[in-house]
Amino acid sequence: MDDHENVSGKDKEMEEFMQLERQKAEVTALLHEFNEICWEKCIGKPSSKLDQATQVCLSNCVDRFIDTSVLIAKRFVEVINGRQ
Amino acid sequence: MAATAPAAENVELMSQVKQQIALANAQEMLSKMTEKCFKKCIHKPGKTLDASEQRCISQCMDRFMDSWNLVSRTYGNRLQRDHYKGAADMAD
Repeated sequence: MDDHENVSGKDKEMEEFMQLERQKAEVTALLHEFNEICWEKCIGKPSSKLDQATQVCLSNCVDRFIDTSVLIAKRFVEVINGRQ
Repeated sequence: MAATAPAAENVELMSQVKQQIALANAQEMLSKMTEKCFKKCIHKPGKTLDASEQRCISQCMDRFMDSWNLVSRTYGNRLQRDHYKGAADMAD
């Protein structure tokens, strides 16, 4: 059928679009999680701006959370493989 | 290489999907903001929200968005750092 290539072209485009949007949504969900966790760690009483110390805390928090995540993933593999 | 325009049939659907995702994100933001700012600002729930509570909530909302922006930026920087570090490691 004449249309065959055209149809799969459209579908492939949609598929790639959906995959990209899915990835973007995953990142956004991750940011919500970081923001929630680090807000709890770093924000005391809300004031007229985020002072320097709070900004540093939030920034460090995100990086340390990622480091923790990486470390746990690595160690978990070791534990699963039988090593302590 | 120039990007080609999406197929006409897909434009509408793509737009709808983007809108729905943006809406879901906004709802999540509002939900979290409400929870966090209630916790920070309302200590003994009274008959109304008094002026200081309203002020606190307003500031809290702004700080929450500031926090979101900073967290986004930090994450973006981290991805770049890891990307370039990975590339450098492979080049050795």
